[in-house]
Amino acid sequence: MTTMHEITLKVNGADYACEVEGRLTLADFLRHQINLTGTHLGCEHGVCGACTVLVNGKTARGCLMLAVQADEAEITTVEGLAVNGELNDLQQAFMEHHALQCGFCTPGMLMTLTELLEENPHPKEQDVREAISGNICRCTGYQGIVAAALAVAEQRDC
Amino acid sequence: MKPPVFEYHRPESLDEALELLATLSDVKILAGGQSLMPMMNFRYVMPAHIIDINRIKELGEIHRVHDGVKFGAMARHDQAKKSEIILEHCPLIAAGMEHVAHAQIRNRGTIGGSLAHLDPSAEWPALLAVHDATLRVQSKSGERDVPILEWSQGFMTPNLVEDEMLTEITVAIWPEKHVYGFAELARRKGDFALAGAAVLLDFDGEVISRAALALLGVEVGPIRMIDAENLLVGEIPSDELFREAAEHVTVVAGIDDVHASASYRKKVASVMVRRALEQASHQHKSQALAA
Ligand SMILES: Cc1cc2nc3c(=O)[nH]c(=O)nc-3n(C[C@H](O)[C@H](O)[C@H](O)COP(=O)(O)OP(=O)(O)OC[C@H]3O[C@@H](n4cnc5c(N)ncnc54)[C@H](O)[C@@H]3O)c2cc1C
Ligand code: FES
Ligand code: FES
Repeated sequence: MTTMHEITLKVNGADYACEVEGRLTLADFLRHQINLTGTHLGCEHGVCGACTVLVNGKTARGCLMLAVQADEAEITTVEGLAVNGELNDLQQAFMEHHALQCGFCTPGMLMTLTELLEENPHPKEQDVREAISGNICRCTGYQGIVAAALAVAEQRDC
Repeated sequence: MKPPVFEYHRPESLDEALELLATLSDVKILAGGQSLMPMMNFRYVMPAHIIDINRIKELGEIHRVHDGVKFGAMARHDQAKKSEIILEHCPLIAAGMEHVAHAQIRNRGTIGGSLAHLDPSAEWPALLAVHDATLRVQSKSGERDVPILEWSQGFMTPNLVEDEMLTEITVAIWPEKHVYGFAELARRKGDFALAGAAVLLDFDGEVISRAALALLGVEVGPIRMIDAENLLVGEIPSDELFREAAEHVTVVAGIDDVHASASYRKKVASVMVRRALEQASHQHKSQALAA
């Protein structure tokens, strides 16, 4: 028998009180326990970036954090980006700039770029490329992703 | 994969954590989790107990102390990269953080975790070596201080026994106008480096009055290049001087693995030493121009 831990947290603005096993990762908690399957798991060892979510506003690997560690935290996942059911500007720009094909890396890319644009509203191309250096995309060649991020930065300026 | 079953403990104070370390066996401390979690997911490491030290507030701070800067073991890479204290007193460390992994990893990874994990290519140990850091290790029964150069006891083996934990790291700071350089080669941005070099220089006019030079990725732990430091002191920077200093890398043993041969790492390290010295010297010239 393993000990269960009670946690309370906010995910995309909604309150949750759950029981979790100590070894459950945050990513598996999101996907399996509260059915937010937008957060993807590629490698489960911190390398691919698909599982990236925001923990108290800062990006973290969902596969390298335990759910029990998110007790009392505020989590934002890709499901939390849309506003009233409409894609937000970054998601919209991903569509317009062909920043996704299969979409597997997309949630992690979006969360990573959400943090970048928050911290650095006027990124240069190099900054965007560095920001997504920890997110692997096997489809797009990154070009469209970089273009989308730069377009949003410019748009938000107006 | 997923981690196997363990008991999870979350102490709120250092005393509580040391008590747990003293009473439990088969324990792993969980700091940023950026190295431990991958190892648990792969089931390379399967501890019976996890002691999560993320809620111990006193371990998360960076302070200016009278002749140095003190890091709590839970200070995060990103915190060090942006800390006003670090940017002002030991900017080399902030510059070095740019090379540690990616933003998402830096948000969680810690100085203490990096030192305890002790990857030969980690940036922290080399950055701390040029700053003559002292590491404070505590257990329920006492505490001791370990100089950074005595920290590595072999491949990924820090100077720690099972009931001990690393709690704080103190670095000596250099005179205000000191200059620095950091260079490394990694296959991709954010990957562990094949080799790298960290340099601090101080000047008396045009002459180098003090030098500290350390390498990463070449040996199992950080190494200082004392011969090269001695060669630099008393000299005026020149391409020739820096090339000569860089040649000292060829005298060390070097690690050999799947990522690169020892001889290639040495060559890379030598080039990194030269680049780091050039950065430092360039900074000194800009300072002189501005004055
Ligand atoms: C994709 C990726 C890329 C990376 N690239 C780099 C890189 O380029 N350079 C680099 O330096 N690092 C890199 N890392 C590793 C990262 O810097 C880790 O943060 C670091 O190695 C471990 O710190 P942590 O706080 O995450 O420790 P944890 O993973 O929590 O712990 C690591 C080990 O240290 C022990 N430990 C932790 N804290 C203490 C303590 N206070 N006292 C005693 N023992 C303790 C743990 O029990 C464990 O054995 C990378 C990681 C990933 C996932
Ligand atoms: S699944 Fe977390 S980084 Fe790949
Ligand atoms: S869109 Fe397929 S991996 Fe990025």
